[in-house]
Amino acid sequence: MSTPTLTPPRQPLFSRLPVVSHLKKSVGLQRGMLIVGVVLSGLFILTSIFAPLLAPYGYSQLSDASGSFPTQQAPGGNHLLGTTVGGYDVLSRVIWGSQTAVTVIIVSVAMSLFLGVALGLLSGYFGGWLDRILVVVADAIYAFPTLLLAIVISIVISRGQSSFWGGIFSCAFSITVVFVPQYFRVIRAETIRLKAEPFVESAKVLGASSLRIIGRHIFKNATRTLPLMFTLNASEAILTLAGLGFLGFGIEPTSAAEWGFDLNKALADTSSGIWWTGVFPGIAIVLTVLGLTLVGESINDLNDPRIRGRKRAGRTPVLSATPETGTSETPAEAGKP
Amino acid sequence: MTTLIEVPEAEPGIVAPKSKSRSGGGLGRYIVVRFFLIIPTVFILVTLVFFLMRVIGDPITAAQGGRLPPDVLAQRIHDAGYDRPVLVQYFEYLGQLLTGNFGTTITDRRPVVEVLTTFGAATLELSINALIVALAVGIPFGLIAAQHRDKTSDAVLRFFAILCYATPVFFSGLLLKLTFSVWLGWFPVAGRASTRTELTMGGLAAPSGIYWLDAIRSGNFTALGDVAAHAVLPAIALGLLTAGVFLRLVRTNVIGTLGKDYVEAGRSRGVSEYRLVTKHAYKPALIPVITVMGLQIALMLGGAILTETTFEWKGLGYQLVQYLNARDFVAVQGIVVLLAIIVAVTNFIVDIIAALIDPRVRY
Repeated sequence: MSTPTLTPPRQPLFSRLPVVSHLKKSVGLQRGMLIVGVVLSGLFILTSIFAPLLAPYGYSQLSDASGSFPTQQAPGGNHLLGTTVGGYDVLSRVIWGSQTAVTVIIVSVAMSLFLGVALGLLSGYFGGWLDRILVVVADAIYAFPTLLLAIVISIVISRGQSSFWGGIFSCAFSITVVFVPQYFRVIRAETIRLKAEPFVESAKVLGASSLRIIGRHIFKNATRTLPLMFTLNASEAILTLAGLGFLGFGIEPTSAAEWGFDLNKALADTSSGIWWTGVFPGIAIVLTVLGLTLVGESINDLNDPRIRGRKRAGRTPVLSATPETGTSETPAEAGKP
Repeated sequence: MTTLIEVPEAEPGIVAPKSKSRSGGGLGRYIVVRFFLIIPTVFILVTLVFFLMRVIGDPITAAQGGRLPPDVLAQRIHDAGYDRPVLVQYFEYLGQLLTGNFGTTITDRRPVVEVLTTFGAATLELSINALIVALAVGIPFGLIAAQHRDKTSDAVLRFFAILCYATPVFFSGLLLKLTFSVWLGWFPVAGRASTRTELTMGGLAAPSGIYWLDAIRSGNFTALGDVAAHAVLPAIALGLLTAGVFLRLVRTNVIGTLGKDYVEAGRSRGVSEYRLVTKHAYKPALIPVITVMGLQIALMLGGAILTETTFEWKGLGYQLVQYLNARDFVAVQGIVVLLAIIVAVTNFIVDIIAALIDPRVRY
């Protein structure tokens, strides 16, 4: 590319980042959903980072200077969201729970990204018997109830282990096994498509090694859909973690706070009308998953021109969209009706 | 296999010529090929589960470890054959599976097959109830959302769909229980039927285990009402999980078909917008719903485990958790393998139905 006049000017990195660029091309309702999602996800991440400052007590704290905490106390007073049957402070456990959730998401998504992308690239590029075996195995795992698989893996890894990192890793790895086939399928399909593209052939003609072709030419093109998968899988990771916790395969309350585990303990409280032990961790799960899903869904919709909300010609869009984010930034849209 | 399903959805234009070039066999051949694809799926899962469960040691030590003296424990392990090489055990296990022997549970010494037939009916009933709720909520709302695309009702419905997905079944179950059982007292808190109803139905010759059928057969309307009251909340909790998926799917597909030429032609002939949605665009949009329904079975079984635990609905999922807590891994393995087979067979049936409806699916 020696003639700079032919290449369109690259926009600064910031406006090419996944969420930012999507925010720019969104309008109206879609923009609203994306913003709500970003705000909820941001709150979730901030809460997890600043949990030690925000939480009034520790996650396994049962008493303070003024004595032991009361059990099953209604919200109010020293315990804003009440206390559980075991005497834990509900608010503190909800806040600390976000830290557990973020850790599990990061560990599990990082592991499944790495494994899934690597296997998908190899399998799609080289084909052959390795490809066939991997596809059959991935399909078999994919068709299986994720929670069951996670339970089996969690039995294998933890066997009643309850330390913080032991619990985190057993949950994260269970989730990884569930996700790897999904990444694998997407990346493999993209790799097979890209393998037939002229730029790969020309690289081959120029004598580039397989490793270089995979690493430089295919990898960068095949991973466009990953931000979307990341957000969708992050929300699924939270649901799986909560499901495992709810069934008793999570992390012990003395090692970390986990929303699903708290909901399991709260189940027995409901029949006596004690609502605060279950409702607050539940709301935390819903808001977090909602935030991540809204971001993922919006990115998905904005990537698909058939579903994407279209700007109305000559009129200002219904909701908060500003007119100056208009057609000049999205030339791809100009040809569409 | 699932890959076959997703291609026509994503790239309908590419599939059509492909299927034309390969259409040597027709439907019969497709069914046979598709049927033989179940075997590797089930085989891989059985192998995976077997070796994973053996990594952690023999099931007898896991279940009864600290409770028995070491010599008795060793004797039990020897009697059950768990001291032989793993590969020998593996091939014996495969042979047993072929003859329909899923093993005997360690804690209560029942054949796993018996556990499955006893509790499978309850899970089947819950899944069917939930599927009815999911379809009854998902399809009409999806049509409404598509017809009012980008308007307020569409926005509200789409948000509802995402909310359905974001709420774990055990949390929606907990909220439903709190609201409708504890505070309003409309529905019972847990279980499948009250004790008196179970006694009434227990008198039947050869009870099916599906309480709806048994209650109708007993001819006792109080029993039927009781069964219905118990079924409502679990069905809603599990049904809403899938309803959101159906809603979005119907919406996206109806929007897609509404843009097609034949719908445009209908519109130009003066067909009303309502009729266009309900008569013209609706049916082609349902094909993906059927295929995805097959994929939802896996999700639903996972959800059923959580729903059954929440509502003490004594089905396979509830039983599975009991065995898990008792560390009875023979029972766990049996139930997991059976569920794998159910999922594979359901996917097969759904694929066949999809192929019957939509010829493009056939390869």
